[in-house]
Amino acid sequence: MTLTRRVAVLKGGRSLERAVSLRSGAHVQEALERLGHEVVAIDAGPRLLEELIAADPDVAFIALHGRDGEDGTVQALLEAIDLPYTGSGPGSCMRATDKVLAKHLMREAAIPTARFHALRESAIKDLGAAAAMPRVQDDLGFPVVVKPASGGSALGVKFARASEELPGALVGAFSYDRTVLIERYIRGRDLAVSVLEREGAEAGPGRAAAEALPVVEAVPREEDFYDYESRYEIGMTTFVCPAELPEETSARAQALALEVYELLGCRGFARVDLMLEHDTGELWVLEANVVPGMTETSLLPQAADAAGIGFDDLVAQILAAATAR
Amino acid sequence: MELSGGGGGDGRRTRATAHELARYEELFAARTRGMKSSAMREMMALTERPDVISLAGGLPDTSTFAPELYARLMAEVAADSTARALQYGPTEGMATTVASVVEVMAAEGTRVDPAEVIITTGGQQVIDLVCKTLIDPGDVIVAEAPTYPGAVPTFTSYQAAVEQIEIDAEGMPIDALEATLDRLAAEGRRPKFIYTIPNFQNPGGVTMSLGRRRRLIEVARERELLILEDNPYGLLRYEGEPLPTLYSLDAQAVGRGAASDLVIYLGTFSKILSPGLRLGWAVAPRPVLEKLNLAKQGADLCSSSVTQMFVAAYFREPGEAGGAAWREYVDQLKDLYRLRRDAMLEALQEHFGEQATWTRPQGGLFIWATLDGRIDTTDLLALARKSEGVAFVPGRAAYVDGRSGSSSMRLNFAGMPEREIREGVRRIGKAIRAQLALLGSLTGASGAGGSSAAAPADPPPPAADEQPLADVVALPRREGSRTRSRRRDR
Repeated sequence: MTLTRRVAVLKGGRSLERAVSLRSGAHVQEALERLGHEVVAIDAGPRLLEELIAADPDVAFIALHGRDGEDGTVQALLEAIDLPYTGSGPGSCMRATDKVLAKHLMREAAIPTARFHALRESAIKDLGAAAAMPRVQDDLGFPVVVKPASGGSALGVKFARASEELPGALVGAFSYDRTVLIERYIRGRDLAVSVLEREGAEAGPGRAAAEALPVVEAVPREEDFYDYESRYEIGMTTFVCPAELPEETSARAQALALEVYELLGCRGFARVDLMLEHDTGELWVLEANVVPGMTETSLLPQAADAAGIGFDDLVAQILAAATAR
Repeated sequence: MELSGGGGGDGRRTRATAHELARYEELFAARTRGMKSSAMREMMALTERPDVISLAGGLPDTSTFAPELYARLMAEVAADSTARALQYGPTEGMATTVASVVEVMAAEGTRVDPAEVIITTGGQQVIDLVCKTLIDPGDVIVAEAPTYPGAVPTFTSYQAAVEQIEIDAEGMPIDALEATLDRLAAEGRRPKFIYTIPNFQNPGGVTMSLGRRRRLIEVARERELLILEDNPYGLLRYEGEPLPTLYSLDAQAVGRGAASDLVIYLGTFSKILSPGLRLGWAVAPRPVLEKLNLAKQGADLCSSSVTQMFVAAYFREPGEAGGAAWREYVDQLKDLYRLRRDAMLEALQEHFGEQATWTRPQGGLFIWATLDGRIDTTDLLALARKSEGVAFVPGRAAYVDGRSGSSSMRLNFAGMPEREIREGVRRIGKAIRAQLALLGSLTGASGAGGSSAAAPADPPPPAADEQPLADVVALPRREGSRTRSRRRDR
């Protein structure tokens, strides 16, 4: 634990989540310095590789969210230059970041995920996909949530209450991605379960056991059924951790998160978002984030804290998992 | 739960960040809850890149100011009064700078008493100080819809309840204002002030008509309401007759050559000279002025002496044609911006065509364009930024609820050369056509992929309150193109 390493913190980048990433990166950087590591912060831009090679670190801490940093692009580059890095590998990044792919995998593995259809822009242009929309609507009913297939920003996430709202919602989501997801809207409570691999408990050769942290509930400040986007806006939500849930519901949410973590092949840490449906009490997995936020208000640090793991300790664990491979 | 965190295994103290955060949460003032970042604002920050043509900023073109003159005036300030320039100044501003303010206001036909002027750090500080002085949490401000995007975070940080009144081609409709005031009165509420940008409104581009100005003053006098008149661009008129300021109309109503007693006037050197100077001013009734002065003492003691002395020196500078240099510079800016406005209007006609409506400002810096109601300009910005390398301000930024105005955009024509204006508008037009083509495909309308794409499938009739704004649009427009279906209730 006391081994001093040279750590490159990769942050910023050009994704829509740049601002959050800069905050995550700065926070991680401070923790690493307190832990006694030598830190080089790099804003991921056109000179990323050049700067990385010049810095010659022992390990890269990826604090990039969204495009490049979370979709496997940067991970693949780091593999190419043979530099150890935190978190999941390129394959699981691709599986998790593509919400459509992740949902297909979950469905195949019988993990409950909200009923959905995916639509490619090219299918509308080239294959007359619009003709399928009435069936899609009948299948999902209204309201539906429309999301770009990738990205963790609030941008492009739309709520359609009726069929005449659907085309606009789709066009909005297509502004961010060539593929969009149309998902049954689940009215209920927003839950997030972070998963962390910790030193000590071995799960297999060279691999630490992944542990689900306490459940966090995101509670919108003002409940507005129609204002779906505000749920994603910073400051519009308060977080409760551990979430006030029956014990078996918490346990079930944590078990599902671990299943998803394994299914997608995540490493080090990840966050799985779920909904607890009001009417049925069912849990539904929405998506997994392979580079969850590390800002002071982010869910993973809050969950870790509730489990008695301080921020510096959390960062140390993530770093340890990266170099243990 | 412990508050300061446990020690690490190696004895090094680690911090329990989330706990600390919870501690900070308790320390934060309630008003910080209104200070929220938004995904849209974060995306806007990404547009500040060299490869992006930005029609988003509120920028004047400072490259037009002669560098030699700037150097000479700064040298004069240094040679004549280094000690004063480097010293604190009076909170209300230096007398010579106040004299420059009186001169600018006289150029707009408004007489002011120098004793009623306070120099501020940009016009923005006036908005902040007025809120600081007048607004308790929950107090009502009446503003235009859309309104100046930069005022929105100020209003929310003072926890004001903002009532926005949809403007038309003649600015704020006074009937709608009165209806709002009546409704508020019925609820036992009374606005602390009415915020308006009467000339070449930001972002709407429209100008409040003389008739409405007179009625606004009547209403304010009847009900004894303060008005905050924000007038950064009044002198930047490219056509038409200048209209009297609300301040001067109110002063007339008071009579006997006295000052206005209900209008707080906001002016700035930012648009007629330079925003980098950070100099603006307020003219206010004495009791309000005294409070603004106290509020400013708490905020920054005084505005920069260096830039105040620069302004004073500049205002003494004779022009080439015998008048004042600053008047000639404003004339030069007007000629430049007029051409740029015309270039943007032409480009809009060519590249937006029937797919949008837009205002035709007689001055100022901004055009407000409105698209098919199903297009969200925040999403359009994401697409246009990424695939076309162009930026604008999404309409939502001009609404306190962050939701309305979602099909509109603000375009700045002053900060860019004509070639870039045309190219920027062309790029936005291309992104709009892509979205309309997609909409057309999804709704089964014909013409997908072409510039004539996508009539809305079942456009609802244009709302009556939107009709007048369309009248200022220079172009024929397709039926229903301005309609906003499913506009959210505010």
